Amino acid sequence: MDQPVPERPLVYRHRLITRIWHWINAVTVFVMLMSGLMIFNAHPRLYWGHYGANLDRAWLSIGATPDQGILSIGDLDIPTTGLLGRWTDSNGTIQTRAFPGWATIPSYYSLSAGRRWHLSFAWVLVIGGLFYWLASFLNRHVQKDLLPKRAELSPRHIWHDIKDHARLRFPTGEAALRYNILQKLAYLGVLFVLLPLIVLTGLTMSPAMDAAWPWLVDLFGGRQSARSIHFIAAMLIALFIVVHLLMVMLAGPFNEVRSMITGRYRLPKARRP
Amino acid sequence: MITRRKLVGGLGATAGGLLVTGCDKLNETPDFRETLRLGEALTYRAQRLITDRGALAREFRPDQRSPVFRANGTRMPIGDAYAAHAAANFADWRLQVDGLVARPRAFSMAQLHSMPRRHQITRHDCVEGWSAIGKWTGVPLKLLLDLAGVRQSARYAVFHCADDYGPMNYYESIDLIDALHPQTILAWALNDRPLPIPNGAPLRLRVERMLGYKHAKYVERIELVDSLARFGKGKGGYWEDSNDYEWYAGI
Repeated sequence: MDQPVPERPLVYRHRLITRIWHWINAVTVFVMLMSGLMIFNAHPRLYWGHYGANLDRAWLSIGATPDQGILSIGDLDIPTTGLLGRWTDSNGTIQTRAFPGWATIPSYYSLSAGRRWHLSFAWVLVIGGLFYWLASFLNRHVQKDLLPKRAELSPRHIWHDIKDHARLRFPTGEAALRYNILQKLAYLGVLFVLLPLIVLTGLTMSPAMDAAWPWLVDLFGGRQSARSIHFIAAMLIALFIVVHLLMVMLAGPFNEVRSMITGRYRLPKARRP
Repeated sequence: MITRRKLVGGLGATAGGLLVTGCDKLNETPDFRETLRLGEALTYRAQRLITDRGALAREFRPDQRSPVFRANGTRMPIGDAYAAHAAANFADWRLQVDGLVARPRAFSMAQLHSMPRRHQITRHDCVEGWSAIGKWTGVPLKLLLDLAGVRQSARYAVFHCADDYGPMNYYESIDLIDALHPQTILAWALNDRPLPIPNGAPLRLRVERMLGYKHAKYVERIELVDSLARFGKGKGGYWEDSNDYEWYAGI
């Protein structure tokens, strides 16, 4: 039988385990970020080293003057009224907490509730992540799909890919089935750098874990350093999500979301030379 | 006109709004809160399982201490009784040890000062996120419990405090693994000076593998019990009862 291959076939692209993990994380990571911002609001100052409290020097802080919200990083003061440090809640009341209600869980100030969400969903994140790691090595997803080939790592190739992204020239045809080098680096970075980093720095903030595993404190140079790195890693994950959602929007949200639900992806029409 | 950008932005904002109000609603649902509590139970058991029960918290060098040790919570207990004790330099303060013990005891400050002492320079971690390092001197809790003779049926040590929080005085509780830990002391000095009032004079608990709110200040009585149900709302501590903080504060 010699049927013509449709120009834009629907192909199997995402394994079931990838899809399940993706949607569990879509919920979990948002809960972790938003409850984490609530916990940050209890003490919106970050330090380096073992100790750090109100009278010690913070490298980052979010505060308020009588009429302004201010984000301070080092010696730099950035006015952030309306967004950070001083904002109006849904009842029209001015609040001087660091992150606004729409960005936190719960939306009103409750450190204990934020902690309960954060420390419970952390289990989902860790167990899901470990399971996905294991499965993705066993089914060779990491080795086959995510690890860059030697040629892809040449500066020329990476630069070419950056230019293509900047021009919103996405891969088409067969090439769209494979991750490009920027995607590979982004996914590997989240999977094997940011996620382990955020879990380990999270554990380093636990006084019981620090006693049991003192290498945690040594690894990050102190509990307050771990707290700072935890926050930076969280912001990088938030940045990843923003870029990820933007790319989904630009690449065709229907096709992309379908492929993450059913696994099937319609190949973009190959560009004619 | 509805542009695609507006539509996407609007959908995003709506989804975000639903997410936030949805989370608030969930947070106020008793069943959901009970589900979240499973996380605390899991953390408690997992940490007890995978960590060495006798593992020591890090002890620091004198030069690694915080320049200023921050005080938090009660800074000056209200009431004439405490004021009188403070005026007398706590000379008549008594520490009662009772409950499920063979020999209930009361210790004077002079007795406590003359007992074997432990010095430790440790990091204090507040649930809010800040840390301070200070040097504590005090009597190991195990010493006091051994003198009183803890009964087999005891499971928790409850610390009754002199600071009044309106409906009740501050109290806290820990399990016997933490109570008998070598670094668990009743401290009477901070940075080689008599314990300041904002830090819990004349006696405060140091339970080094726990967050700050477990370190009861102004301790006047230690009661050994088999259940926490009859104290406050039964959750084992003032903040646990009033604000739903975790009883297990190792993380």
